[in-house]
Amino acid sequence: MRRTKVFLSFITFLLFLSVFFVGHSHHEKRLWRQRELPSARQLIHHFGLTDFALWTEARYTRNPALADFFAPFQDFPAAFEHFPAGSILAPSLPAVDTRLSIGRTAAGFPQ
Amino acid sequence: MIRLLKILEFALSSLGRRKFKNFSIIVVYSLTITALASVLLLTSSLKKTALNVLVDGPNIVVQRLAGGRHDLIPTDYARIIEKIPGVGRVKPRIWGYYYDSLYHANYTILGIDRGSEQFAMVEGKTPAGDEQCMVGQGVAEAQHAEPGMDLLLINSKGIGYSCEISGTFKAKSALWTNDLIVFTTGALKRFFTMPDGLATDITVEVFNAGEVALVAQKIKRLLPDTRPITIDEILHTYESIFNWRSGMMLTIFTSSLLAFSILAWDKATGISREEKREIGILKAIGWDTGDVLTLKLCEGAVISVTAFLIGISLAYIHVFLLNAPLLVPVLKGWSVLFPRFHPVPYIDGYQIIILGFLTIVPYMASTVLPSWKAAITDPENAMRGV
Repeated sequence: MRRTKVFLSFITFLLFLSVFFVGHSHHEKRLWRQRELPSARQLIHHFGLTDFALWTEARYTRNPALADFFAPFQDFPAAFEHFPAGSILAPSLPAVDTRLSIGRTAAGFPQ
Repeated sequence: MIRLLKILEFALSSLGRRKFKNFSIIVVYSLTITALASVLLLTSSLKKTALNVLVDGPNIVVQRLAGGRHDLIPTDYARIIEKIPGVGRVKPRIWGYYYDSLYHANYTILGIDRGSEQFAMVEGKTPAGDEQCMVGQGVAEAQHAEPGMDLLLINSKGIGYSCEISGTFKAKSALWTNDLIVFTTGALKRFFTMPDGLATDITVEVFNAGEVALVAQKIKRLLPDTRPITIDEILHTYESIFNWRSGMMLTIFTSSLLAFSILAWDKATGISREEKREIGILKAIGWDTGDVLTLKLCEGAVISVTAFLIGISLAYIHVFLLNAPLLVPVLKGWSVLFPRFHPVPYIDGYQIIILGFLTIVPYMASTVLPSWKAAITDPENAMRGV
């Protein structure tokens, strides 16, 4: 049973490591919520920021929340998106909440 | 239990006989899971950060569209919006982009009202006059600038424009402010030579969060040439950018899953002659099909569980302890200014369970199925490798 013991010890070590990471993540998250989140929110609120400063290549990649859905393809009709960030930001198509269907009745359209 | 442990011992010694092959499988399998889990952890962390922080952004941003494109909005529209019941502060904003041909970088320039508010994430002060400005960490590093020094830009008329840096955003806010330059509204208007009575967009505060959509509808009805963007839509954008169907996830996820499928397919399409012989011998000395399947299940579990735990741990170290150095170039694209950020370690248990289910189960199934086929054949044929 020597191999089993070695294997089970190794798996236990990996499980402990995973548990340690879960604990570490909770600790870091709590610190972030206490120390950084309030000041980040103050900044966002005061300056009215709406986006991450991750993609600065083009106006529609810098502010994806404010860009139109068709913005990446604006350069000319049927233009392919050429910025690398464009392949990361997939367009978020609006979900339809309500659908109205209007049908003709025997007496014509409803008044 | 003892029987299972003995089968596990046998499985381990059986795996040990093909040390190099199984070790390579564990390495490739772990790396595949590391790649998949890294993307999952990073995108989920960015998504949660955005959702937690952006909720304090403007309730509604009103843009004007002309010919289907974003256009400057008359500041008079603010007065119309103010009259809608439930609306608080309505503020026309001036902001835009600036390309710095010297550093080949794009900056975002924002105009604010003069004020003396203190910010924990600002070193120095916000601009107190038209001759002052405040810059993000990325701009400060690109320009080798610090508070007290002058920032030189070229305005819309092609004339040099200099302003004193009154403060810089701290590195901790780089995820939001890295490329930002803040002027006073008056100075920015002159810098962009923007006509009077026009603004880039209008932010609207709504007292009751439940009425935001209704106010947006009213704005659209009153001002048909506008496009109101609600806070929910802003948050929805970040939810969709970083969900599992996003471009980044799809690119890395599909390539990793394909690599993994090749690995599993290789296992599923057949077992080696040596393994068949082994199964035949086991059957000949009295093991029944159930024992053989338990043995193969143990072998599959040893490899997949080990690889999964190693993969997840490596992914955590890669993303949250080393700040995702292998994924940052993917995110960066052509951005010259890219923030150095430390992802907040959000772990989504649901995603980890899905990842485990997507990787452990198919591998174990692909190990068991061909073994089952070999186990139900005649031991003599199995030993001969027929």
